[in-house]
Amino acid sequence: MPTDTAAASEAPTRLDVRKTYKLAIGGKFPRSESGRSYPVFATGAEAGALPLAHAAHASRKDVRDAVVAARSAQSGWAGATAYNRGQVLYRVAEMLEGRAEQLSAEVADAEGIDRRDAGAVVRATVDRWVWYAGWTDKIAQVAGNANPVAGPYFNLSVPEPTGVIAVLAPQRSSLLGFTSVVAPVIAAGNACVVVTSWRRPLPAATLAEVLATSDVPGGVVNTLTGSAAELGPWLAAHADVDGIDLTGAAELDSPTWGELEAAAAETLKRVRRPAELPAGAEEDWQAIPHLDRILTFCEIKTVWHPKGR
Amino acid sequence: MSAPSVGRDGTDPAGMSLEPSSPAPSPLAPSAADVFGYSPAPESASLARIAASYDLYIGGQFRAAADGRTLTTINPATEQTLAVVAHGGAADVDAAVAAARRALSGPWGSMSATERGKFLFRISRLIAERARELAVVETLDNGKPIRETRDIDIPLVAAHFFYHAGWADKLPWAGLGPDPRPVGVVGQIIPWNFPMLMLAWKVAPALACGNTVVLKPAETTPLTALLFAEICADAGLPDGVVNIVTGDGETGGALVDHPGMDKIAFTGSTAVGRSIARAVAGTRRRVTLELGGKAANIVFDDAPMDETIEGIVDGIFFNQGHVCCAGSRLLVQESVADEVVERLQRRMSTLRVGDPMDKNTDVGAINSAEQLARIEALVTVGEGEGAHRWSVPCQLPDQGFWFAPTIFTDVQPAHRVAREEIFGPVLSVLTFRTPDEAVAQANSTPYGLSAGIWTDKGSKILWLADRLKAGVVWANTFNRFDPTSPFGGYKESGYGREGGRQGLAAYVA
Repeated sequence: MPTDTAAASEAPTRLDVRKTYKLAIGGKFPRSESGRSYPVFATGAEAGALPLAHAAHASRKDVRDAVVAARSAQSGWAGATAYNRGQVLYRVAEMLEGRAEQLSAEVADAEGIDRRDAGAVVRATVDRWVWYAGWTDKIAQVAGNANPVAGPYFNLSVPEPTGVIAVLAPQRSSLLGFTSVVAPVIAAGNACVVVTSWRRPLPAATLAEVLATSDVPGGVVNTLTGSAAELGPWLAAHADVDGIDLTGAAELDSPTWGELEAAAAETLKRVRRPAELPAGAEEDWQAIPHLDRILTFCEIKTVWHPKGR
Repeated sequence: MSAPSVGRDGTDPAGMSLEPSSPAPSPLAPSAADVFGYSPAPESASLARIAASYDLYIGGQFRAAADGRTLTTINPATEQTLAVVAHGGAADVDAAVAAARRALSGPWGSMSATERGKFLFRISRLIAERARELAVVETLDNGKPIRETRDIDIPLVAAHFFYHAGWADKLPWAGLGPDPRPVGVVGQIIPWNFPMLMLAWKVAPALACGNTVVLKPAETTPLTALLFAEICADAGLPDGVVNIVTGDGETGGALVDHPGMDKIAFTGSTAVGRSIARAVAGTRRRVTLELGGKAANIVFDDAPMDETIEGIVDGIFFNQGHVCCAGSRLLVQESVADEVVERLQRRMSTLRVGDPMDKNTDVGAINSAEQLARIEALVTVGEGEGAHRWSVPCQLPDQGFWFAPTIFTDVQPAHRVAREEIFGPVLSVLTFRTPDEAVAQANSTPYGLSAGIWTDKGSKILWLADRLKAGVVWANTFNRFDPTSPFGGYKESGYGREGGRQGLAAYVA
């Protein structure tokens, strides 16, 4: 700095290299094909403060590209062994731990909380990935079973992933909430297209980089920074999307989550409605998750075969 | 009951004798069909004491519709009137929902789970006691063969109540969370193809989980549901726990739109299912849907052929093909396609089509003139699109609604008979070369209810079962049902399961 001549002479300050926050589609990190971006401010920032960054502003075309990427990745991910999926999810936790410092700073800015609380959020997020890493090879045992039919038949019911799931991530909990809606969907073997919080997209964009370096196959999680109100209708109506989680649409005015559900009815998507909560409240993301988060996007398949000699 | 049962006429359309070694029948000698034919073996219709008219069952009372409207239900095999039934409207639905709510916050809600279960055991026993009567009424009202109602539908109904009775006080062990609670007042809308079985699939789990119900039977098959109302009254079930509101689609619509309902459970067409999903969107009402299907029944060249032919026939001609999970798309490996089609035609020629009350009948009446028209229209489209039609050359009764068992060969995947649910005794035959191609063809449909696999190779069965997008996969068997076994679809065949442990999830909060 010109005013600090002493420091300048001893150790010249360097200009920090800022990060460009981008979308994550099919294992790549493109900008929005629309060329749009939007300024993201820290929660509680004073008027006139500089933005934290300009996030990519995903478009309808990005949604379509992301659905294509998710569809092509899904069968491979579902076809991986449950043990392998568990290892990959555990790897996410390992990678996250190493990025804890960066993510704490981003969560603190995004959510307007201090660094200590943000650190606790990041630690809970790491633990949430560990939780779901442990579920991948237990879902079938907990949600499936043999059926004692009244006849000489082998009969087994097992849960299978529904397919390609659209997820509207919570608007407030930028990292733990995001993880809590995404991890259960992919633990079962689904692929997903996630729309981040509109005002707090940066921690999720960084998490997408963690996923890419954790052996999560490209296309399994496609992260779109942008507006649930703008992208939700395209996802709800998309014929190649099998289910939609409307958590992040809880407080939308137009379209409402009910309108998104009605659009999803045209293709009989599995729909997870936002939780029934008082206005302004969000789910308690610190609580132990309910198994529903996994099973809403699973199908029970029952196979029969005769027994005989 | 005058409709004659008619078996094969002794020849197939290629003019080939069915027993090639036997000489051509002389006009003077009795034909093989005469010598080995079946004499009529009719079940006694007098077992059914059908009243001239029936009321709605609301809050434990039988009462006429508020506006006095009625519907007539006929025997589709004779077109004769069976009974006049109340046509419930919005006011009746409202009264039924109120009665269900009172029962929920009253005696039913406060009853111990064990006592609740005992009511279901008692109902199961009452159904078994009146099984033959119920079977006869079902056959008269629906047109399905007495052999099926007697041996399949009604025994499964009793079994369904018995199975769910035991769950009532064991729900904390069902893996649905530590404290499963009833959803509340449940509206249930069922189709005409398995009238009483669909009632059991809906009512038994709902009651076991502590809910109260308002059930709307199908317009053309209300009678067994009304007998079930008598059984509930007989059992001493508290007033309002089960309410039966007969009527048509408008009655069902009033049920779906009623804000006092906590959940809707529907079995029927995908088009109506879609409209229900739209109607409940944005509310806190829950919904489960069991919708249409266009199941692939996949036959490999290493299939056990005798069983396979029986399975194909059972898959599509059971219940006149009025089955959402019917194996209506036969995918045959190319190398055995000719053999399969030839043997299938020969077997189809022995199907006995006719009087549903005859104990020897295999294929009964189409349920309604409307459904018959729908089948005929799609079959005409199939012919127009270039598929080759072959129907069993059987003599059909003059009265009633009938459609001869039919197969289409030379079917292309784009043909409407390969894509749309016909819901009748019509099979479309397509071919494939490799297992991968079979999977691709089988999954190439918006439906995903069921699928069949026929091969003697176990690893191939398991490989396919993993890849088929269908809620029920029958391998080397078809159309098997059991109360312990969950049933329901992928994709546009709906969501939620009925039966088994997983089926309980639809009725607990």
